[in-house]
Amino acid sequence: MKSAGVTSLATAVTTATVAQAQTGPRLVGPGDVPVTLMVNGKRLELKIEPRVTLLDAIRNRADLTGNKRVCDRGTCGACTMIVDGRTVYSCSTLAIEVQGKQIRTVDGLASANGAMHPVQQAFCDTDGLMCGFCTPGFVVATVAVLEKHPNATRDQISKGLDGNICRCGTFVRIMEAAMKARTVARG
Amino acid sequence: MKAFSYVNPSSEKEAVAALKTDGIAMVIGGGQDLLARMKDYIDSPDRLVNVKGLDATMTSTPDGGMKIGSAVKIIDLFEHAQVAKLYPSVNAAAIEVGTPQIRNQGTVGGNVNQRPRCWYFRNEEFVCFKKGGSRCFAVNGENQYHAIFGNEGPSHIVHPSSLAVPFMAYGAKFRVLGPNGEREIAAADYFTMPTLQNVLKENVLDDEDILTHVILPAPGIVKSGHYEVRYKASHDWPLAFSTVVLTMSGNTISSARVVLGAVAPIPWRSKAAEAFLAGKPLNEATAAAAGEAAVSEAKPMSGNAYKVQIAKTAVKRAIMNAAGLNTV
Repeated sequence: MKSAGVTSLATAVTTATVAQAQTGPRLVGPGDVPVTLMVNGKRLELKIEPRVTLLDAIRNRADLTGNKRVCDRGTCGACTMIVDGRTVYSCSTLAIEVQGKQIRTVDGLASANGAMHPVQQAFCDTDGLMCGFCTPGFVVATVAVLEKHPNATRDQISKGLDGNICRCGTFVRIMEAAMKARTVARG
Repeated sequence: MKAFSYVNPSSEKEAVAALKTDGIAMVIGGGQDLLARMKDYIDSPDRLVNVKGLDATMTSTPDGGMKIGSAVKIIDLFEHAQVAKLYPSVNAAAIEVGTPQIRNQGTVGGNVNQRPRCWYFRNEEFVCFKKGGSRCFAVNGENQYHAIFGNEGPSHIVHPSSLAVPFMAYGAKFRVLGPNGEREIAAADYFTMPTLQNVLKENVLDDEDILTHVILPAPGIVKSGHYEVRYKASHDWPLAFSTVVLTMSGNTISSARVVLGAVAPIPWRSKAAEAFLAGKPLNEATAAAAGEAAVSEAKPMSGNAYKVQIAKTAVKRAIMNAAGLNTV
């Protein structure tokens, strides 16, 4: 999105296009509209354009920069978040469309005292990363797989992580991490 | 992407009404295709109308078939027990769509109506027929993933939907709602071969129409099989794939529907393979010969003759799959 941050333009059009009082559903935007998100259990009140993706809203407006913006086209998985229990590409989700849903990012996985989530710990223990840019997405996707299948088989993990790519090629260690986290999480 | 206004209608009728505008209005389902196109300036709508709030149920119909709402998520289609029981090839196709994230977001309607994956179409710089231009760059360009059937032009795309192929094989109808009311369209009439007049679209939907339901008839006494061939085991579009639905009389095939995907601008029904299969016993030799028949009229482009073999194998293995034979 080349022009996602053009604030002066956004302000100019806001007043002109607030919903006309007509019958039928309300038209909002293209300027800023109030959007309320529940992210990692906290309520976020934002004013953003309808075109802002969940990823950009969370990274740029809420300052939760754990999940990365890599391809921005739903092909790499680095932006993977969990929305109402299911993984989504947050780069390919409009923030305005996930209001009222429970959104979880990699930033919210550690416990309040700072202890890492078992999946995060397993990635560290097994050296499941090299450059680390894909890691937040992989961690979130692994959490989602293990929450759905606590005793996941290798095939289930493999299928569950299909939507994430590591260009460094650390897949073998990622699989190890997921298998290890499985036993730890069962604990 | 260009800024747009957004409407979240609460009924089908409101959705259709919201599509009426002086500018460009488009429907957003899961958004997995649309948002990427908007980011690449392939489409720049002034208004998006959300249809995720419309019917997302899967219900049995009085005739023993099923009615599937367009807003059903692909993962829910896959996980639905009755769909898997009655239409195993729909189930098989659903789990092969994209990735877990895409299946969690993507909808049935969005899968059926997604735009071509042609790399010229997807690149802002190539103003091809599908973007109002006057040429198809695949003809003299890189066409290894383009059509091997229906290559009369002007466009040589392959239809991108994985679900459309089993839907057509099971004889689905599509329920469409527009400003003048609703209509049901057979899958065979829904998808359109490119002509100079309609090359901007891949189906009969008008600007203010929405696809609301896919209606599958009772399958009857059939065996069905689905087989996809792709470079990568996941997260990839198939090079060619096929769904076959065989109406059986004992171990003899009384009639067959053979549909191929990723080989033509529409889900491609092979009348030649269907004619061959009628009256034949269901076995590996029949499957192989039907594969030959399916590609007998293929007309590949300069760089995709290899897909003929793949299409042939996809049909053969889909039939073996229906027969319960090992395809590995």
